[in-house]
Amino acid sequence: MKVFGYERAESVDHAIEAASQAGAAYYAGGTNLLDLMKAGVRQPDRLVDITRLDELKSIETTKDGSLRIGAMVRNSGLAEHKTIRTDYPAVAEALLSGASGQLRNAATVGGNLMQQTRCSYFYDTHSACNLRAPGAGCDALEGENSKHAILGWTRACIATHPSDFCVPLIAMGARIEVAGPGGRRELALDDLFQLPDESSAPGTALLPGELITALILPGHAKTFAGHSRYIKLRDRTSYAFAIVSAAALLDVGDGKIKDARIALGSVAAKPWRVGKAETLLNGAEATEASFRKAAEAALADARPSGDNEYKIELAKRLLVRTPTAAAAGTPPAMPALPGSVFSMTEETGS
Amino acid sequence: MALRISLTINGTAQEVDLEDARPTLLDVLRERIGLTGTKKGCDRGQCGACTVLVDGRRVNSCLSLAVSLDGADVTTVEGLADGDALHPVQIAFIENDGFQCGYCTPGQIMSAVGLLAEADGELSAERIREGMSGNLCRCGAYAGIQDAVLDAQTRLSKEDRS
Repeated sequence: MKVFGYERAESVDHAIEAASQAGAAYYAGGTNLLDLMKAGVRQPDRLVDITRLDELKSIETTKDGSLRIGAMVRNSGLAEHKTIRTDYPAVAEALLSGASGQLRNAATVGGNLMQQTRCSYFYDTHSACNLRAPGAGCDALEGENSKHAILGWTRACIATHPSDFCVPLIAMGARIEVAGPGGRRELALDDLFQLPDESSAPGTALLPGELITALILPGHAKTFAGHSRYIKLRDRTSYAFAIVSAAALLDVGDGKIKDARIALGSVAAKPWRVGKAETLLNGAEATEASFRKAAEAALADARPSGDNEYKIELAKRLLVRTPTAAAAGTPPAMPALPGSVFSMTEETGS
Repeated sequence: MALRISLTINGTAQEVDLEDARPTLLDVLRERIGLTGTKKGCDRGQCGACTVLVDGRRVNSCLSLAVSLDGADVTTVEGLADGDALHPVQIAFIENDGFQCGYCTPGQIMSAVGLLAEADGELSAERIREGMSGNLCRCGAYAGIQDAVLDAQTRLSKEDRS
């Protein structure tokens, strides 16, 4: 690992000042950044440690009924939080389906949103990668690409955003608070992530020195609490990144869908909300036929970026199974295997 | 750039001077403090062999910068036993043959201690398998590990009641 400078931030303003210098990076949980530094993929000159910023560690309900979550809240702490369990259960299920107990104790809310897209060619410093070295090309295009993107990709980059947590967040329209050298601002989480274009790899909308300070879950999303699921297909039942995942948040009454929020994970360089599917489902009967039609519409623009055409069919099937499970009701207790298809069949009968 | 940090390791206050900010908690424990019970497996957060408790919560010490943990309370596998009296989780691993070569065992044991402390109510075998998924065992001693954690849970709850 390259030698780097270290500064412990005493306040958000101090952190921003320290991180506004070229080559600086924020250090929070470290689970993604240190791994990338050990691989030589990221080589910051200076780390700005934000782990002591207690002002980023609270979870509070705001006046308008939203839930404001500090960016330094750890994944495990958030997943255990009573309001998350009762009002935003798909968020808890997504968090608990990700990584391992040890990693969830370290990983933070802000760090999860800022985690790098995943691709083995990005990690391998001997391979060409437009994200690591802009303009270098993309070895994934002709390589092992069975888990790469099926939506929103270009020949510049076919990596996927692997977050579980972000999938229900995107579905419900979560927002983030950002502080930076130019002041504070708020933006939709969906606008944080930038897809690749014809020449550039994916990135984020954050400006140099900007820091995510909080995540805001809209109060309105509590109406989905009774019909929320996050389901993740992966190579092994636990401790694996998703091949495809889905969040379904429904407001269902008398067999009809009043409001549907649907998103896919690990299909693109950002968590992928499927507005077309939501439009088709709003007002529809909560039946398999409705979900199937919406799933077809959601994947209409999907195309394989390599040896991954199967992911399109997988995503369609998941967009039937996940809303079906959500319509059957949020499980009364967190399943033993969060986000697993095995817990679906046992606990919802679907 | 010298950096001095203070850590309480297994109840003993320790000061460590770091030449720069790079050492992980794992490297400080093994190379500077001389506590080699905590194992380096993958060094990338994938195997769990380096699991320790930091302020009571289990983490991968290979993905924790030591300098960031200044002032923290760290428990390693060496800190579990009380003299010759083993911790209930250690006894349970021996009684249930929860290992083969033993390399992953300190991490397995520390992860189990952390999991049982985090648990809200009694854990089923399936919840234990899920909760221990961050600890790999290349010998494949998983059946014994699962039985050991179940047994440890019983031993700890009896201890609580007595």
